[in-house]
Formats: sequence, C-alpha cells, structure tokens
Amino acid sequence: MNPPPATGPSSSKAPSRRELLGLGLTFSLGCRKSAAPRVSFLNASYDPTREFYQEFNAAFARHWRRLHGVDVIVKQSHGGSGKQARAVIDGLPADVVTLALAYDIEAIAERGLVGPGWQRRLPFDSCPYTSTIVFLVRKGNPKRIRDWEDLIRPGVSVITPNPKTSGGARWNYLAAWGHALQKHSGDEGAARSFVSQLYRNVPVLDSGARGSTTTFVQPGIGDVLLSWESEAFQAIAELGADRIEMVAPSSSILTEPPVAVVDRVAERRGTAEVAAAYLEYLYSDEGQRIAARHYYRPRNPQAASEAPVRFPQLQLFRVGELFGDWQKAHQAHFAAGGTFDQIYQRGT
Amino acid sequence: MRFKRSSILPGFWPSFAFALLYLSLLVLIPLSSVALTTASEGWSLTWRIITAPQVLASLRLSFGASLAAALINSVFGFLVAWVLARYQFPGKRLVDALVDLPFALPTAVAGITLAALYSETGWIGSVLARAGIRVAYTPLGVLVALTFIGLPFVVRSVQPVLEDIEQEAEEAAASLGAGRGQTFRLVLFPLARPALLTGFTLAFARGLGEYGSVVFISGNIPLRTEITPLLIITRLEQYDYAGAAAIALVMLAASLVLLLAINLLQWRTRRVMEAPGL
Repeated sequence: MNPPPATGPSSSKAPSRRELLGLGLTFSLGCRKSAAPRVSFLNASYDPTREFYQEFNAAFARHWRRLHGVDVIVKQSHGGSGKQARAVIDGLPADVVTLALAYDIEAIAERGLVGPGWQRRLPFDSCPYTSTIVFLVRKGNPKRIRDWEDLIRPGVSVITPNPKTSGGARWNYLAAWGHALQKHSGDEGAARSFVSQLYRNVPVLDSGARGSTTTFVQPGIGDVLLSWESEAFQAIAELGADRIEMVAPSSSILTEPPVAVVDRVAERRGTAEVAAAYLEYLYSDEGQRIAARHYYRPRNPQAASEAPVRFPQLQLFRVGELFGDWQKAHQAHFAAGGTFDQIYQRGT
Repeated sequence: MRFKRSSILPGFWPSFAFALLYLSLLVLIPLSSVALTTASEGWSLTWRIITAPQVLASLRLSFGASLAAALINSVFGFLVAWVLARYQFPGKRLVDALVDLPFALPTAVAGITLAALYSETGWIGSVLARAGIRVAYTPLGVLVALTFIGLPFVVRSVQPVLEDIEQEAEEAAASLGAGRGQTFRLVLFPLARPALLTGFTLAFARGLGEYGSVVFISGNIPLRTEITPLLIITRLEQYDYAGAAAIALVMLAASLVLLLAINLLQWRTRRVMEAPGL
C-alpha cells in the first residue's frame, strides 16, 4: 500500500484561517443586516405533526412580521405525546404544547405549569383541528373489512399500538369501545366483550403509532391497521395507493388534539403574548387551510376544500359524550387494573 | 488489616477519591434517587406493584431471556473470538468489523430489521414458520434480539486474551505429552475463562436494560412478551413516577445481586489461577 502524501490534497480540505475569518465576517454582517428584533419559542408536539407545523410556523412567522415587524423563530420538538408531556413536566422549556390528547396537557396542568381552565381559553375546547380513527387495509381489501364488527372475525389480524404506552392508541381503543357501546345501546358488558375479542386478534402491540405503521407496512403483519385518518392519508400518499387503502367504518371517535400555552414557561421567557397569538392563528383561515392540507379536519368547513383528499362521511362521537372526560376514561380503561388490563388478565 | 497495602506507585488517595466521586456522581446518586422515589410511595403499595402478575411475568422474561442470550453468546462468541484470534483467512478484517455492528447500529434499526426478518413474512421467519416455529412477537424473538446485541461484548472481551496467549504455553503442553483437547481444556480455556466471564456479565447486563430493539420484535403482549423496561415506560406514560421507580428498583436489586455473584465467582477463579503451585 502506498503511504498517503504527507501534505497536499488531504490538507487542502480544511479551510484556511483566512477563509474562516471571512466566513465569520459574513456571518456577523449577515446578522447585523436584519435589525428586526426577534423572538423565539418552542412548540413541543407529538410525532406525526412535524410537517404540518413546519409549514404553519413559516406562515405564522410571515403573519407576525407583517403585524409587528418582529421575526419569530418557532422551534419544534416532536416525540410521543406522553413523552413530550413528561419532558415539559421535567423542565423542557416549551412555551406551547400541541399534543395528541387532553389527558397529557391535563397532566402538565396538574403540576401547575399550565393554568386551570386552559381548555376554555380557545374555541372548540382548545382543539383547532380534528381527525378520526379509520382502518388501513391491504390493496383490494382481501379480508373484506367494512366495519368494526369485521375486526373480531376469527382469522382477521389487527395491528394497533399498546394504549398504555401510546397516547394515540387510546383513541383507537375508545373508538372501538364507543362504537360497540352505541351499537348495543349503552351496554357496557357488550362493549367490554367486543373490545376483548378485538384485542384477541391483535398479535403485536407496538409501543407507539409509528411502530405499528412500520409493523403493518414493513414486515407486512396484519390485515388491518387502526390509524388516525390524518396518518392514514399520509401513509397512502407516501407508500402509494397500490399497496394499501383506507376503509372508513360506520362510526368512530372524533379525535381532538388540544393545544395550550405553558403559562409558567411563557411568562418566565416573556413569550406569553406571541405564544397565545400563535395558537390563535391555528384557527385563522390560513391556519385552518394548512391543517387541511396536512389531512387534519379543520374546524372551519370552508377550509376543508383545501385538503388534497375528501374526508369520508361517518358518524362521529366525542370523548365527552360517551366517557365523561379524559380523566374518567383513563381511570376506567387505561389505569392499572382498568378494562385494558382485564382483557389480558382473564387467563387467556 | 490495613485499608490499603502500601504500593510503590504514588497517588493512591487522589485517584481513589476521584474514582469514588466519579462513581457517586454517575452511578450512586441517580440510583439512590430511584430508591427514594419508591420510598415516597410507601412499601405496601410498592410491594403490590412489584408482585402484580404482569410485572412478575415480565421479570421472568427479562431475566430468563437475558441469561439465555448471554449463555448462547458465551458459546458462540467464544467460537468467533477463537476463529478471529487464531486463524488467518481472506475477509478476516471484514468479519472482525461485522462483530461490532450490533454496537454501532441504533437499537431501533436493529429491532425493526430483526422483526422484518423473523416475522412470518420475512426471509428467515417464513422458512421457520413452515417448520412451525414462530420467532417474531414471541419470547423467542426477545431472545434473538438480546443475542444479537450481546455478541460483541463476549467476542471483544475474549479475543484479546486469546491473542495474547503465547505459543510457548501450547508447545510446553505438547512437549509434556498433552493432546490437543487436553491443551485446550487444561491450558487455553482456563486462561480465557475470566475474560469469558466478563463478556458474559456484560452481555447479560446489557440484555436486561435493552429496550429499543426488543420492543419491535417482542410484540409487547401483556403477560406473554412484555419485558420489564417496557412496563417501566408504561408506568411513566401514565405519570406514575413512583410505580415506575418501584419496578426499576426490583430490577436494580436483582441485577446488583446477580452481578455481585458473578464478580465473586470471577474473583475466586482468578485466585485459584494465581494460587502457587498451579
């Protein structure tokens, strides 16, 4: 083997001191040029909203600059909804949280970081956009899955994440429970047995929604994936309609991901005003249109025409209608010893 | 008996103090905070949490699979180290590098890849499925993932020791009339044994704490394929910090006892090795 030349091409890769100096100058000049004051804050969100908030943040920055001449830099942090809430509780300085379910913001509020009554501060219980739970099946729907009842047929394998570790999957669980509850005119026992049968058809309980999608798509396990409608559309757009298709059941849950200003952080950092305006802007025409473009159902029906897809018509029920509120739903179903634990502890 | 035997090397106290401080900051303080968080909840509740069937089942799986994986790695990792240390063959560098792959690969990537390979639709899984063996989403899948991530620990512990054994030792054994098997059994293996034990311990400990790769292949079915770290995450996901700490404490205590026992064993084998007249 030839020894590499001691000096020459390899050393010329490193920038010379003069080049570095020049670079530094350009940077400092560049900074000085934009004399506008700037403000930055952090939005802690859950996993699948990354692309949506990227576009929305840019739109809000334009809006705020036009209005106040101030540059806004919104930093994003994404992760499982519960994990993000825990990070905020443990000191992540997020000025706003935009999470998958109210239970997680409630946990932050319980520790005094978000003021009580946060859910009444913005329209629609502080949920600017919604979605629902639908089915993803393989191309051609070989198992002929049309509605929830088809999921408990023997031989149908259902993929859904573990509701204990995935906030998103709690919506799936409540959707199945709520459907059965309405079908059997409020009979809790019938709902319980329906959901037990359904989870008996679940061979894998991934820890998060992304993991479940991977399991369904990559090794190709399961006949049907329970998924948020927004993520189902996204998956079809990414993977192609020649591999998977969407089936909307007759009824499902209205998933309402809430948003809130983390008061204690925003007050400390002096961002309370801009953070509140940021969340309000989610309800503006532009905010609603961007949400629709990313497959969320906007609150403003006119913005829905902006969506690249038609949202299927189905009967939607809310958590409040059937389960009281998230605290009660959590206690009954997902806390230790709740209905989910009972499914597996009945010795099968 | 004095606290320290006098040594010709200076600087015992500064280095001892530093080691103690370092260990306290990195290990002891975080660990004691786990114990304190648990204690805040009261022992009767803690006891109820850790003796729940779901937790016991997960402890059985976590410790059982980690132990089994470490044993498998001890046998086959030793073999790999033996081949790498003693033979020259084309592509040896490549094989040597491959051993470290489980170290370098992000655990989630490893988990997803293994799940794809061993599921019923995967390359290996579909063949095994015909034989009626299901790997992914069963306890066997946990074993596969833990074996995968544990391999480098054994190979990298044993390999340098095998490489350092001088040929004279074998020649002496041969000239004293030992057969090949005897040389291996009485000369080579005892020399490598402490390193093998170290590798075993490391692989075992790593397996206990592993989360990222396992959750993708285990299926996480309650009472059947849930590992203990998953149950800790489950508790955290419900903002039950004390419950999570309680389960963590059990794991901590059990691991500590096992690691101490292995270290004791290692210490004894070393003493036997160093005993005069052997």
